[in-house]
Amino acid sequence: MLLSRCTSKNLISPKIGIKFFSAKPKRDFKDARTQPKHSQAKSSSSFMMNVFRGKLETKEVFPYPDVLHADQKELITSFVGPFEKFFLESNNPTKNDENSKIDDEVLDQLWQLGAFGIQVPEKYGGLGLSNTQYGRLCEIIGQNDLSVGITLGAHQSIGFKGILLFGNEKQKEKYLPGLASEKVYAAFALTEPSSGSDAASIRTRAVKSDDGKYYIINGSKIWISNGGIADIMTVFAQTEQIDPETGEKKDKVTAFIVERSFEGVTNGPPEKKMGIKASNTTSVYFENVKVPIENVLGEEGEGFKVAMSILNNGRFGMGATLAGTMRVCIEKAVEHATNRVQFGKKIKEYGGIQEKISQMNILQYATESMAYTISQNMDQGSKEYHLEAAISKVFASESAWYVCDEAIQILGGMGFMKEAELERVLRDLRIFRIFEGTNDILRLFVVLTGIQYAGSHLKVLQNALKNPAANFGIVSSEISKRVSKSIGLGAIDFKPFVAPELLPYSQKTAACIESFGKTIEDLLVKYGKNIVNEQYILNRLSNAAIDIYAMVVTLSRSSRAYELNLPTAQHELNLTKALCIQASNRVMDNIQSTKAKSQMELLNIMGEIAGEVYTKGGVNTTHVITNC
Amino acid sequence: MSRVLVGVKRVIDYAVKVRVKPDKTGVVTEGVKHSMNPFDEIAVEEAIKLKEKKIATEVIAVSVGPTQSQEVIRTALAMGADRGVHVEVSGKDYDLLQPIHVSKILAKLALDEKADLVILGKQAIDDDSNQTAQMTAAVLDWPQGTFCNKVEKTDAGLTITREIDGGLEVIKTKIPAVLSADLRLNTPRYATLPNIMKAKKKPLKKITPKDLGVDTAPRIEVVSVEEPPVRQAGAVVPDVDTLVGKLKEGGHI
Ligand SMILES: Cc1cc2nc3c(=O)[nH]c(=O)nc-3n(C[C@H](O)[C@H](O)[C@H](O)COP(=O)(O)OP(=O)(O)OC[C@H]3O[C@@H](n4cnc5c(N)ncnc54)[C@H](O)[C@@H]3O)c2cc1C
Ligand SMILES: Cc1cc2nc3c(=O)[nH]c(=O)nc-3n(C[C@H](O)[C@H](O)[C@H](O)COP(=O)(O)OP(=O)(O)OC[C@H]3O[C@@H](n4cnc5c(N)ncnc54)[C@H](O)[C@@H]3O)c2cc1C
Repeated sequence: MLLSRCTSKNLISPKIGIKFFSAKPKRDFKDARTQPKHSQAKSSSSFMMNVFRGKLETKEVFPYPDVLHADQKELITSFVGPFEKFFLESNNPTKNDENSKIDDEVLDQLWQLGAFGIQVPEKYGGLGLSNTQYGRLCEIIGQNDLSVGITLGAHQSIGFKGILLFGNEKQKEKYLPGLASEKVYAAFALTEPSSGSDAASIRTRAVKSDDGKYYIINGSKIWISNGGIADIMTVFAQTEQIDPETGEKKDKVTAFIVERSFEGVTNGPPEKKMGIKASNTTSVYFENVKVPIENVLGEEGEGFKVAMSILNNGRFGMGATLAGTMRVCIEKAVEHATNRVQFGKKIKEYGGIQEKISQMNILQYATESMAYTISQNMDQGSKEYHLEAAISKVFASESAWYVCDEAIQILGGMGFMKEAELERVLRDLRIFRIFEGTNDILRLFVVLTGIQYAGSHLKVLQNALKNPAANFGIVSSEISKRVSKSIGLGAIDFKPFVAPELLPYSQKTAACIESFGKTIEDLLVKYGKNIVNEQYILNRLSNAAIDIYAMVVTLSRSSRAYELNLPTAQHELNLTKALCIQASNRVMDNIQSTKAKSQMELLNIMGEIAGEVYTKGGVNTTHVITNC
Repeated sequence: MSRVLVGVKRVIDYAVKVRVKPDKTGVVTEGVKHSMNPFDEIAVEEAIKLKEKKIATEVIAVSVGPTQSQEVIRTALAMGADRGVHVEVSGKDYDLLQPIHVSKILAKLALDEKADLVILGKQAIDDDSNQTAQMTAAVLDWPQGTFCNKVEKTDAGLTITREIDGGLEVIKTKIPAVLSADLRLNTPRYATLPNIMKAKKKPLKKITPKDLGVDTAPRIEVVSVEEPPVRQAGAVVPDVDTLVGKLKEGGHI
C-alpha cells in the first residue's frame, strides 16, 4: 500500500499522466502566466476546490442539501419496495456468480422493471429520475448484486450517458427509447491494450471519408463492460483535426455512437474474472466500421472531454451503490456478533469487535453522506463537482473493501465460507478501486486540479504585484484574504452551520482546512509547477483532501439530523465525532509528512529501494540460508 | 361480468420483527416498514388476471385505513387495478377497527360500485382474523368462495377449487359472489417502476365510512398487548428414565 503511493522523483518521466487531467479545468500554470494581467482568477463554488486555497465555501455543503420535492420523495419511496422485493425474490447473486452470467429471465424482469432507463426522460420511455433518486436505487443494487450493478451501470451510467449529456435531439430520439426500455444494451468503449489510465493516448482511429459523410473506425478496445451484449456503444477514437487558428493538423479524440449493426463490429469471448463475474466484459474490435457523420457525439475533436464528463457524471452512483453494499456487510457482521459466543460471552461484548463495528459504520456513514451531497449538488445544477465525485469514488471503494473485509473477519471461519455470501462481495468489490479511473490516478487528479486552482490565484497575485498601483483592487483583495489566513487558527468558523455539540470537532476540521491551504501555498512556492512530479507529496495531500471532505459532509448531515430532531440524531452525531477525531489526526499527519525532513529522507530511501528492485526484477535481498 | 372490487390492507411488512409498545397498548408501527397484505396481493393478481382474460372490465382497489393506506392502493394500481377508493379511518377508530366494520364498508361499496365480484385476502397477516370475506358475503347475502386455490369462469358462474384441511374441494357459485384468496391461488406480479409512475395518474377517490353510512365507532377495548412468552431454555437429560421422571414431575404425564 505504502509503496504504491511513493515513487522517487528520478523514476518519473516529467510528463506523467497529466493529459488525463487536462479534461476539466483548462487553466494550468502556463495558462495562468499568459493570462492578461488584470484578470481575476476564476472562482469556483466547489467546496473542495476552495479547500485548496484554505477557504471555506459553504454553498454546496451547508446546510446538507435537500433537493427533492415532496412528490419526488414520494415517487422514489414508492419505488424502493418493489425494487428491493425484485432483488430478494427473483435475483440470485450466487447463481449469477457461479454461472458467470445473469439469468436471462432476471434480465428480462429488470427491463420490465424499468431498471435500464432510470434517468432517461419519460418522453423517451425512461423513468426520468434525478441523480438523487437514481442514487437511492443504486443503493439497493449495491445491497444485492454488484454484477447486476455493473451491467446496469455500464449501460446507463457510462454506456449511453454520453447521449443524454451531449446527444442532439435527433440522436436522443433515435437511440434513447430502445436503450431505456426495449432491451437494447449499451457500452462505453474507451480502454485499449496500450491505453488505460492515460486515456488520451488511445490508438483507435477514425478517418473521415472524402465526401465528409462518414468516418471509418479501426482499432480495438479491451475490458469493455457489456461488450458482448451491447448493440449501441459510445466509442472513442483519434481523429485528425485542424486547428482553426494555426491551421496545424493535430490528432484529437472524437466520440461516436456506434451501432453493432454497422458492419465490422465484433467482440471477443467473455473475460474470466476475479469478481463481478456475471457482468459481461469483452474486447471489442472495429474493422473498417463505417459510422455516419450524424453519429459523432458532441463536437468533433472534443471526445476526450465527452469521455471525462461521462465518467465524472456517473461517479456519485458508485458511492451510493457501495454505501448499500456496506450496509449489508454491516448487517451480516452484527447478526453474527450478536449470536456467536466465544470465551463465554457473545463476541459483540468484546471491545475489539465493538471497535470494528463502529469503524465500519463510520465509513458507511461518510460514504453515503458524500454520495448524496454530490448527487444533490448535481441536481441543483452544480457544474463543478469533479473533485468531490472523484473523492467519493476513492473513498467509497476503499471503505467498502475495508468494511467487507472486516465483516469477514468478524464472522471468523464462517466469513470465508461461500454460504456467508461475503467472499463474493469482496471479490466483486475489488474492481471498484481500478476501473472508472484507478484510485491512484483519481488521487492525483484531485490534488493536481485543486493545486492548479490555488495556483491560478497565486499567479494572478504575483502578476498583479508587478504593478500594484494599476492592480490595486486585485492586490488588496488577495492580500486581505491571505492576511486573514496568516492570522491563523479561527479564521474558519463552522459555528453557524453545525450542531452545538459538534463545534469542537468542527474546529478540528477548520484547523485542517487552514493548515491545508497554507501548505498548498507553501508547496507551490517551493516546487512551482514541478509539484506534479512529487507523487509522494501529492498522494498525502490528496489523502488529506479526502479526509477533509469526509469530515465536512458528515458534520453537515448529522447537523441536519440534529436540526430535524431525527430519532437517529445522537447516533449520527457520534459517527461524526469519531470520524472527525480520526480524520483530523490523519490530515495533520499527512500535511506534516509533506514537509518534515525525516519524511523527505524516507521518500529518498524508498525511491532507491524501488530502483534497486527494478534492476533486479524482484526481491533484491540475499537469502539467509544459502547466502545467494 | 364487469366489475371486480378487491380489498387491499396496509400491514406491517412480513419481514419486520414486530415489537410491542412499552405501554402495551399495541405494537410499534412508527418508522416500521409497511406493505400490502400478501394475501391481498394475491387477490389483486387474480382480479387483474380476470381483466386480462377479458372476463372483468374494471378492477377497483379499496383500502380502509389511515392516509398511508393510499400507498397500497397505489401498489394495486401499479399492478394493474384501474382505480382506487380510500376509505379513511384513522387514530383510535382505526386501532380498534374490526372485520365487521370493514365488511359493512366493503358491502356498501360493492353495491354502490355495482361490483359483480369482491375478492379479498383470506386473512391479514397483522390481526389474522380471517373473517372479512365471510362477513362481507353475509352482509350482501351473496354466495362466498373462501380459501380459493383456483377460480374458473363458467357460463353459469364460477367453479372454485377451495383449500380445505387435507385436500381440495370444488364448488360452483353464481355471480355476484365474494371470494377470499389463499396462498396458492397465483403468484402476484411485481409492480414495475414504469407502472408505478403510471399508477400516479390513475384516479383515487377518498371517502369516509360516514359517506357510506357505516358506523365505525369502537365496540371493544384493548386491555393489554403482550410479547409472546420467551421460549424456556431446554435441558438435555441422560436417559429415558430421567425424562419420564421429569415429565411426571411437571405434571405432563
Ligand atoms: C472488469 C472491468 C471492466 C471494465 N469496464 C470498462 C468499460 O466498460 N469501458 C472502458 O473503457 N474500460 C473498462 N475497463 C478498463 C478500466 O477502466 C481500466 O482497467 C482502468 O482505467 C485502468 O487502466 P489499466 O488497466 O490499463 O491500468 P494502467 O493505466 O496501466 O495502470 C496500471 C497501474 O499504474 C498506475 N498508474 C498509471 N499511471 C500512473 C501515473 N501517472 N502515476 C502513478 N501511477 C500510475 C495505475 O493507478 C495502476 O495502479 C474495465 C476494466 C475491468 C477490469
Ligand atoms: C479454510 C479453513 C481451514 C481451516 N482448517 C482448520 C484445520 O485444519 N483444523 C482446525 O482445527 N481448524 C481449522 N479451521 C478453523 C479455524 O481455525 C477457525 O475458523 C478459527 O480458529 C476462528 O474460529 P471461528 O471461525 O470459530 O471464529 P470465532 O472464534 O467465532 O471468532 C469470530 C470473531 O470474533 C473474534 N473474537 C473471538 N473471541 C474474541 C475475544 N475474546 N475478543 C475479541 N474478539 C474475539 C475473532 O477474532 C473473530 O474475528 C479452518 C478454517 C477455515 C476457514
